[in-house]
Amino acid sequence: MPPSERQLLLDERAFARTLHRMALDILRQTPDPVPLVLVGIQRRGVELAVRLAALLAKETGAEVPRGALDITLYRDDLEVVGPRPLVGPTHLPVDLDGRVAWIVDDVLFTGRTVRAALDELADFGRPARIGLAVLVDRGGRELPVQADVVGERVPTSPGDKVEVFVKELDGRDAVEVVRGGGRP
Amino acid sequence: MSGALGKDLLGLEHLSGDQIRLILDTAEPFKEVSERAIKKVPALRGKTIVNLFFEASTRTRISFEFAEKRLSADTVNVAASGSSVVKGETLVDTARNLEAMRIDMVVMRHGSSGAAKFLADRIVSSVINAGDGKHEHPTQGLLDLLTIRDHRPIAGTKVCIVGDVLHSRVARSNIWGLLKLGAEVAVCGPASLLPLGIEALGVQVFRRVEEAIAWADVINVLRLQLERMQTGYIPSVREYYRVFGVTMERLERAPRDLLIMHPGPMNRGVEIDSRVADGPHSVILNQVTNGVAVRMAVLYLLAGGKPELAEAAKGASDR
Amino acid sequence: MKPILLRGARVLDPANGRDEVADLLLEGGLVKGIGRALGTPDGATVLEGKGLVAAPGFVDLHAHLREPGREDVETIATGARAAAAGGFSAVCAMPNTDPVTDNQAAVGFIVRQAGLAGFARVYPIGAVSVGQKGEQLAEFGELVAAGAVAVSDDGRPVATAHLMRTALEYARTFDIPVIDHCEDVTLSHGGAMHEGVTSTRLGLKGIPRSSEDVIVARDIALAALTGGHVHFAHVSTAGAVALIREAKTRGLRVTAEVTPHHFTLTDAACEGYDTNAKMNPPLREAGDLAALRGALADGTIDCIATDHAPHHYDAKEAEFDNAPFGVVGLETALGLALTELVEPGTLTLAQLVDRMAARPAAIAHLPGGALRPGGPADVVVFDPGQEWTVDPSRFFSKSRNTPFAGRRLRGAVRWTIVGGKVVHTAGDRPDAPDRSGR
Repeated sequence: MPPSERQLLLDERAFARTLHRMALDILRQTPDPVPLVLVGIQRRGVELAVRLAALLAKETGAEVPRGALDITLYRDDLEVVGPRPLVGPTHLPVDLDGRVAWIVDDVLFTGRTVRAALDELADFGRPARIGLAVLVDRGGRELPVQADVVGERVPTSPGDKVEVFVKELDGRDAVEVVRGGGRP
Repeated sequence: MSGALGKDLLGLEHLSGDQIRLILDTAEPFKEVSERAIKKVPALRGKTIVNLFFEASTRTRISFEFAEKRLSADTVNVAASGSSVVKGETLVDTARNLEAMRIDMVVMRHGSSGAAKFLADRIVSSVINAGDGKHEHPTQGLLDLLTIRDHRPIAGTKVCIVGDVLHSRVARSNIWGLLKLGAEVAVCGPASLLPLGIEALGVQVFRRVEEAIAWADVINVLRLQLERMQTGYIPSVREYYRVFGVTMERLERAPRDLLIMHPGPMNRGVEIDSRVADGPHSVILNQVTNGVAVRMAVLYLLAGGKPELAEAAKGASDR
Repeated sequence: MKPILLRGARVLDPANGRDEVADLLLEGGLVKGIGRALGTPDGATVLEGKGLVAAPGFVDLHAHLREPGREDVETIATGARAAAAGGFSAVCAMPNTDPVTDNQAAVGFIVRQAGLAGFARVYPIGAVSVGQKGEQLAEFGELVAAGAVAVSDDGRPVATAHLMRTALEYARTFDIPVIDHCEDVTLSHGGAMHEGVTSTRLGLKGIPRSSEDVIVARDIALAALTGGHVHFAHVSTAGAVALIREAKTRGLRVTAEVTPHHFTLTDAACEGYDTNAKMNPPLREAGDLAALRGALADGTIDCIATDHAPHHYDAKEAEFDNAPFGVVGLETALGLALTELVEPGTLTLAQLVDRMAARPAAIAHLPGGALRPGGPADVVVFDPGQEWTVDPSRFFSKSRNTPFAGRRLRGAVRWTIVGGKVVHTAGDRPDAPDRSGR
């Protein structure tokens, strides 16, 4: 197996630019005057949702509610991976009914997290529409899931890792790809 | 089976402090699930759980049942009165029959100490001890810990268990759990209801409830089984209340604010004054609420999981 | 019956002060000669005894052979066969059978069954009270006439001080010991193991030491009052040892036994709710164990008895509370005694033979317990150095309830000879057809 190789996909400036573009994209795809809600998926999706909410507030001049979703209990692979520590609470500040809910996550890969998030959101209410915004789409889907808003697309192999760093947790904003497995 | 806790939850004596903290930490988000409009998550969908109660216990059984249903498990309740146990079937046969029905977990309440281990040693399914004789009642111990932790850090807290410690599985689970998390633990009760050598477990003994109240930050009041009078352990309920009852008058003389806990069901006016049970220091109903969250956490942590597949699965998970 | 010549074994007979390498000639069911160059009679079976110890066959004062009533867990024949495998040439059968051995016919039945089986000798012990109910004295005269060698209500204590008093007085007529299982049932009621830190942790109801000590003290007072002979069964506590020691210094007629499990194990064996460690009296603590060993060494406790108590595996395969008390012991007693007592130097080999043969035979006035020309040819030949592993599937007993499975022991029986006839040879297997049987 060749030594793993780390590539910088987005540096701090590119990260900021990308988020801004995503915010505009979200706004364009949300018909006015339907109210928005951003729902970040634990862990880093929550921070991204906070950033996007701030950007959207600047664009529109109105507060954008945001929440957090922990999908651990909705995973379909408990049997395989065993129970994992729950990383954080689920917290939705507003009634979802009639709103456009945007699921925000850092990386879109197999689509299973999004599937779980859709299930969980359905238990909380009936949004008018659900959108999906991700910072990185790395391909490799196992379910028919596509994002409506994508920050960056990067083709990867199953052995690769896409690592997202955010200032709030990691001290810097960056996205890096670790080329690992050597598999095509 | 699953790594964090092992196959079964039989007691707190053999868990580490880290394992106990993991359960309590896992219980936190489950508290929130019970506040949702739809109080149900699919984590244990497709799992079959048998609640096997050889002794009547409405509140523990209901608490487990809520926990199971909120995790989407399929549950079957077997109560002693309707079961083949009364027809002379042994616990071994019960175990074999359960195993043959391919269930995933058994929650068992049984009158004999060690019965949960007995069952766990004989079946592949996970066993959760919901109280075995006078041995342990681990989920009660855990919910008591969670309730204390909601109010103050457990390490350094002084907890006194008051009452019939001799016959109490709740006391034993509390003692182990509290000691492992760094609390100071004492017991108080008539000497005839304190087990021989209890000090060797690392607890203090108070002969008078007044001394216990002067010392403690938390008082956990045990239920007094009324049959203890017939068997000669105590002279009368009236005398017990007069000497060992946790009363308002006694609490008013406490040097600090106390948390008052009781595992239920209470005998008002026997071991606890109604004014105390319903008063501002009582966290008895918080205990009940936390019971469901703790049991969800235990069920979740014990459910499924094949460690050898976990590594492989990590690569395929969503990152 | 062919004569047997055992050649060159270390002959150990403390009753006669003998400890020498010699030949042993057995003929006509009796010891014919002990010494060198005895000559080999025509047709004699020669057994090579070099490196082995030859001692009077062991005598067990305390075994439960379960017949009549529970032939599914043991019979007189299988019990006597297990005894032979353990080096015992004689075993006393406790009367708590179903029906209780409280009459002449019941005693006669045991004698007859044992005769038919033809392994170890079986001596019946009669009940103290009719049906062991603790009310009316059994007919000791009839019991003794039929072959009983002692009386006991074992399984439970002699119920009241008054009954014990009259039993001791009445037993004097027949010069038999009254064997008491010392337990104050109001203190032990519902108990499943020793009361201590372990029982507290396991949440099992404890049996306090005082439950035994109270009745030992009662019986000593009654021995003083009556001049009768009390034999204390399965002593388990340091307190009882102290009481018995004191009674002996006063010259009272008290004797006592200890079981291999009580001098080997502590209540820690109950950890994990192992029902094979559930016995009555219960396994105590390290201090008791040390006191019991010391008492065996200084003679306060006279002898080792097995309290062999077979149970069906189903019965032990239960919750600790619900499992019956008792362990099998005939086939592990010698190995445990050699490993736990002789190897660490608590007893000499000669003292061990005294505690397993001479003393118990004397207590119940049994023939045997010594090797003297003209005496019964009851002999055990064992290899004190041979190591083996306890494997319950190889027991001759019908039951397997032992806490010693898998334990390494040193010291194994080579031959057991009863009445001049080899009734057990090392390597005999329970499933093989028996070569003995009269």
